[in-house]
Amino acid sequence: MSRVVFPARVLPYLLLSPQIAITAVFFYWPASQALWQSVLREDPFGLKTTFVGLANFRSVLADPNYLQSARVTVVFSVATALLAMAAALWLASAAERVVRGRGLYRTLLIWPYAVAPAVAGMLWLFMFNPAMGTFAYMLRRAGYNWDPLLDPGQAMTMVVVAAAWKQISYNFLFFVAAMQSIPRSLIEAAAIDGAGSTKRFWTIVLPLIAPTTFFLLVVNTVYAFFDTFGIIHAVTGGGPARATETLVYKVYNDGFVHLSLGSSAAQSVILMAIVILLTAIQFRFVERRVHYG
Amino acid sequence: MASITLSDVRKVYPGGVEAVRGVSLDIADGEMVVLVGPSGCGKSTLLRMIAGLETISAGTVAIGGRVVNELEPAARDIAMVFQNYALYPHMSVRQNLAYGLKNRGTPAAEIARRIDAAAAILEIAPFLDRRPGQLSGGQRQRVAMGRAIVREPAAFLFDEPLSNLDAKLRVQMRVEIRRLQRSLATTSVYVTHDQLEAMTLADRLVVLNGGRIEQVGTPIELYEKPATSFVAAFIGSPAMNLLPAVRNGEAVTLPGGGKVAAALGPEVATLGIRPEDLVPGRRDDAAFTAELTVAAVELVGAESYVHGTTPEGGELVFRVAGRSAIAPGEGMMVSASAEALHRFGTEGRRLG
Repeated sequence: MSRVVFPARVLPYLLLSPQIAITAVFFYWPASQALWQSVLREDPFGLKTTFVGLANFRSVLADPNYLQSARVTVVFSVATALLAMAAALWLASAAERVVRGRGLYRTLLIWPYAVAPAVAGMLWLFMFNPAMGTFAYMLRRAGYNWDPLLDPGQAMTMVVVAAAWKQISYNFLFFVAAMQSIPRSLIEAAAIDGAGSTKRFWTIVLPLIAPTTFFLLVVNTVYAFFDTFGIIHAVTGGGPARATETLVYKVYNDGFVHLSLGSSAAQSVILMAIVILLTAIQFRFVERRVHYG
Repeated sequence: MASITLSDVRKVYPGGVEAVRGVSLDIADGEMVVLVGPSGCGKSTLLRMIAGLETISAGTVAIGGRVVNELEPAARDIAMVFQNYALYPHMSVRQNLAYGLKNRGTPAAEIARRIDAAAAILEIAPFLDRRPGQLSGGQRQRVAMGRAIVREPAAFLFDEPLSNLDAKLRVQMRVEIRRLQRSLATTSVYVTHDQLEAMTLADRLVVLNGGRIEQVGTPIELYEKPATSFVAAFIGSPAMNLLPAVRNGEAVTLPGGGKVAAALGPEVATLGIRPEDLVPGRRDDAAFTAELTVAAVELVGAESYVHGTTPEGGELVFRVAGRSAIAPGEGMMVSASAEALHRFGTEGRRLG
C-alpha cells in the first residue's frame, strides 16, 4: 500500500469531517451523556439532580432483575448469532450448488435485510400470534400447545427466530462472497483427492472462509446485543414476565418507561463495557485460529 | 499404470457451444501425450473430461480398460496438477500431500513413507511443515507435483502446470517433469498452449483446433511432416512461412512474391517453408527463390531471425546461425531446395 501525502494540511481533516461529525453526534455525545448520567440521580420530574457516585452501578448489579436480564441476553445473543450464521452458511452453500436462477435466489435471499426491524417483528408476530397467527393456528391444529404470550421458552424462540431471520441476509451475502473467492480449482483438487462434498465443506470451504465467519461472529454478536430492540419491542415487549427482556430492552424500559434515568444510564455504560470486552476477546482468542489466505 | 482410450468424445455446453467435436485417441500405458493448441481449441475441456470435472456429452472415456464416464473424479484413479497449483492454503505442505491419501483411508505409516519418498524425489523435504503461502512459485509447483505422485495414480493429468512460472524456471521444471514422468513411467496427459513445451515433453503430440484433432504423432513427425497448414503454422518457432499459391495453367505463381521452379502439382493452395530451410543467396538447383528487402533482424543469441518483405508485399522469415551481418533495408535473395517445400491443398491438407 503506497502512502498518499496530501499537499494541504486541512484537506485530510476536511475529508474525514463528515464521518467524524456523525460519529460525534450519534456516538460520542450520547455516550458521554450516558457516562455523566450514570453517576447522577434525578427525580422523576427532572427538578432535582444529585451526584451519587457509583451508587447507580451498585444498585443495578445487585438487582436480581438485572442479573436475570443478563442471563436472557446471553441465551438470546448466542442463539441468535448461531442461528443467523448457521442458516446463512447453509443457504450460501446451497446457493453455490444452484446452476440455474442463481442470481434470482441470491436477490430474494437479500430482501429481508431491507425490512425494518419493527416491521420484521410485526411480520413474525402476525404469523405466530396465538390469537390471529396462521402458523400459530397450524401449530395448534398439529397438537402443539403454542402460546408465546404465556410460555417464556416459546416467546424466546420466537424473538430469536425473528431476530436471526433479519440478519440471515447480511450473513448470506458475506458467505456467498467468501465462497466465491475460493478458487474453483481448489474444490476440484479436493474432489480428485477423494473428498466428498460434505468432507470438502468441512475441510476446505469452512477453513477458507474462516476470516469471514470471524468477522460475522463479531458483527452478529453486536447485532444481537444492540440492534434487536425493535424486534423484541414489536414481538414480545420483553415479556412474558421479562423472559425476553434483554439488557438493551431493559435500558429502554427503565429509562423511558420507568424514567429511572440514572439506573438506565448505568446499565447502558455496563452494556457498552460488555460489548467492548466481548469484541476484544473475540479478536484476541478467536482470530488467532483464523487463516487469512 | 493404465492406458487411456477416448472414443468419439464430444462436449456440448448448454448454450449449444461445441467445445470438443468427436475426439478419438489411444494413449498407451506409460506414455506422455501432450495436447496442444491455441486457446479455445478444447484441450483443457478434454483433459477435464478425462478427470471427471466436466461431464461427457457423447462418446466414452476409458482408463485402464474401464469406462469412467459416470465415475466421480475421485473414483477414476487419476491425479491432476493445476495451472494455479490449487494447493490448500490452510494446510502445511505435509498435510497437502497427505489429504488425498487420508481421504482414501491409507494407513498413517504408509502415508508417511510415501510423503518422504516424494519429498526426496522433488527436494521439498525442507519445507514440509510450511504453508503454501510461504513458498516460491517453483516450490509450490513441486508440491503440486508431489501431491500427484504420492497418490500413485493410474494417470497424471497436467493442466498447463508451468504457465505461472517465469521463463527460466519453466525450462527447469519442464526438464524435471520429463525426467520424473520417465522414471515413474505413469501414463500422462499434459495440456499446454506452448508449442516448445509440447515438443520437448511429448512422446506423442496431439494438435487440437476448434475441438477436433488436427494431427497426432511424435514431435519430430509433426515438425517434419505437418498434416495440415494449421499444424505447420502452430508447431515450430518462428512459425513456418506459408505462402498462398495460385495455379495458372500448368504453372503455379505466388502472389505474395517468390518463384517456384519445381512442379507443385495441380491442387496446391499454400506453400510452406520452414525458416531454417530458407538460405540466403541464389542457387542453381533451388526449387524456390525470392527477392527480399530486409525489414528487421532479431538476434536471439545463437541465431538470428531475418524478417523480409518481397516486392509484392509478402513476408518471409529465415534463420541465420550466429550474429548476422545482414542489416535492415538491405536487398537480398533467398532460396530453398525441393525437399524443403511443404505443399498444402485448398482444405489445408498436406499434399504428398
